[in-house]
Amino acid sequence: MSDNFAKVDAIVKKYDRNPSKLIGILQEAQEVFGYLPEEEMTYLANQLGISPARIFGVATFYAHFTLSPKGKYLIRICDGTACHVKKSSDIIAALFKELGLNEKKLTSDDGLFTIELVACLGACGLAPVMVINEKVHGQMTPDQALALVREIKASEGGN
Amino acid sequence: MENNTIIVDHIEVALEGERNLLEVIRKVNIELPTFCYQPELSIYGACRMCIVEVEQNGRKGLMPACSTPPVPGMVITTNTAQIRKLRKITVELMLANHNMECTTCSRGDDCKLRQVANDLGIEKVRYRNIVQPAEIDDSSAAVVRDSSKCIKCGNCVRVCREIQSVGVLDFAYRGSDTVITVGFGHGLGESACIGCGQCLKVCPVGALTPNFQIDPVWAAISDETKVTTAAIAPAVRVAVGEAFGFQPGEVLNGKIATALRMLGFDRVYDTVFAADETILEEGTEFLGRVTGGGVLPQFTSCCPGWVKFVEQFYPEFIPNLSSCKSPQQMLGSTVKDVLVTKEGLKRENIVNVSIMPCTGKKMEAKRPEFAVDGNPDVDYVITSTELIRMIKQAGINFAALEPSEFDMPFGEGTGAGVIFGASGGVMEAALRFAANTLGYEPKCEQLRGEDGIRSADVTFGDITVRAAVVSGLANARQLMEDIKAGKAQYDIVEVMACPGGCVNGGGQPLHEHHLDTVARRTKGLFENDVTLAHSSEENKQLVAMFEEHFGKIGGHKSHELLHTTYVDRSKNI
Repeated sequence: MSDNFAKVDAIVKKYDRNPSKLIGILQEAQEVFGYLPEEEMTYLANQLGISPARIFGVATFYAHFTLSPKGKYLIRICDGTACHVKKSSDIIAALFKELGLNEKKLTSDDGLFTIELVACLGACGLAPVMVINEKVHGQMTPDQALALVREIKASEGGN
Repeated sequence: MENNTIIVDHIEVALEGERNLLEVIRKVNIELPTFCYQPELSIYGACRMCIVEVEQNGRKGLMPACSTPPVPGMVITTNTAQIRKLRKITVELMLANHNMECTTCSRGDDCKLRQVANDLGIEKVRYRNIVQPAEIDDSSAAVVRDSSKCIKCGNCVRVCREIQSVGVLDFAYRGSDTVITVGFGHGLGESACIGCGQCLKVCPVGALTPNFQIDPVWAAISDETKVTTAAIAPAVRVAVGEAFGFQPGEVLNGKIATALRMLGFDRVYDTVFAADETILEEGTEFLGRVTGGGVLPQFTSCCPGWVKFVEQFYPEFIPNLSSCKSPQQMLGSTVKDVLVTKEGLKRENIVNVSIMPCTGKKMEAKRPEFAVDGNPDVDYVITSTELIRMIKQAGINFAALEPSEFDMPFGEGTGAGVIFGASGGVMEAALRFAANTLGYEPKCEQLRGEDGIRSADVTFGDITVRAAVVSGLANARQLMEDIKAGKAQYDIVEVMACPGGCVNGGGQPLHEHHLDTVARRTKGLFENDVTLAHSSEENKQLVAMFEEHFGKIGGHKSHELLHTTYVDRSKNI
């Protein structure tokens, strides 16, 4: 844990201990830890001289921040206008079912997958679009999406 | 013709440095409805109730009065058909998201939302009622939060951050999901909350209330096997009357004593006795630190909010806190010890109830060090507000009561003990004791005043005591930082968490303009002071008790009963 606190210290130092740079600090912390873990955030609050409630407030206001660990594979599915018209909701439903997820629970129990619904990925020409980690998959169908996910599962040694 | 005036509803008003239109409008005796405006806090401008029509340079528009600075030549209209309609809609929208179980709401008649809705004549809410689920957070002994009643005015968030520099509450999530919370799924009881209750004083609704203990107190009173004692804190006597038609500051300890007997308490005591007891112990401790090269400055330890603040944020200063228990806890342990040894009562059959202006005292009484084999020194703490409610439940016509005396020996108190209820009072009482002990005239009014931080050098012959008085924990934090940085040097510092001291505690009756009320309550205490013995060592019952029961002041027995220890809580916040 002290290792993690040292990581927080480094970020805080980089941002001059300036609480008005909180958003940048949280972005960097999320890059380091994958999410915003409570203990480290409480420590961060103390270092910045602000209250943990403040950090919680900022972290929950912006959809970008997450307070729980994300899966190894982040699947961002576009549900913007173009993708929605091209039936992205069928893909979402199929993946939710496959991974045992719903709108409140977005990370699978095995810690492999997190689904994030986004409003636009800027690739409407490829609608419906899904991005796994950094790789873009266009013109998806529910079956293709399931195939991709099952492929990853297999490569991770699952069933 | 450039003159420094504006027109409010056809009346010309001179501008005198008012910060916003609301202050100017109040000068012409117009009270606009507000939920989120508190003069001592930053302007938030969220509730939109104070909208007025502003005409300036030929342009006309609606502006929130609280966040619009006055400019000479403005023409303000506060009451038009459009404004009345908009205010009504605003309140209706609030009510649409509000848990309207008003008859069972512990806020009772003090609810500002209910009052404003009535004043505006809202008889029906045209919008569908969608209320956030009631998440009742009663994890704190001091304050209960009910999110379903919150109107998101943010007063609690700002008072905790700006006045107390604790910042335990904040907004979280967004849009219609917005809540005010401690964060990370925790309750107030697990947080850095110091229990002061300033949040509930500025809450316009029933979202924040004291953690009521009325029911167990009634149960103790009706239990024939128990001897139930009541003791009232100094600040209670100048506030309880406000609910029964008396002015803030009227000293009504006689009527309160009578009411407590009528409620069924077996013994009726005065916490002022223990304030005097505190002075003897704390004053002796201070003189010992000064002459014996002890750790200075010595900080007072009467205020449980301040004590927790030090434990959490300044643990390196724990040795500076006086080891004396607060008057509430001194009285608790003294009463149980004396009633057991002198009257042969069983400790577990004594139920001590303290009546406090303070919600933090509820937390203090639950600290494990204030119990003997699990039996607490103070069993229940109720606030002034709760006492008022008990008197009303019993149907007692308080105003008509004949005054009566407190029961001895814990019924005697000096003026020095009475002024404990106001900022500066503990310091002045300690200085009176020090002056008397060192053989000087005990006239020590140097530290009176209303500022949040006051300091003075008090001289007794060749001894100079550098003293400071602080109220409001943001002020205390500033003082601590100055001490740490070597910018300020003191020998003794009194800190009270609530601005103005206990008279402004979170357990006191609530008022629209509470700063004025606080000043009047304070005045009441100091007026009472001059009618009583001047210094704590003139408390005859107390001196006799030390002689017969405790032995020496600061001696072995008093250390066992009247002193305590503190815990470094900095890891848990």
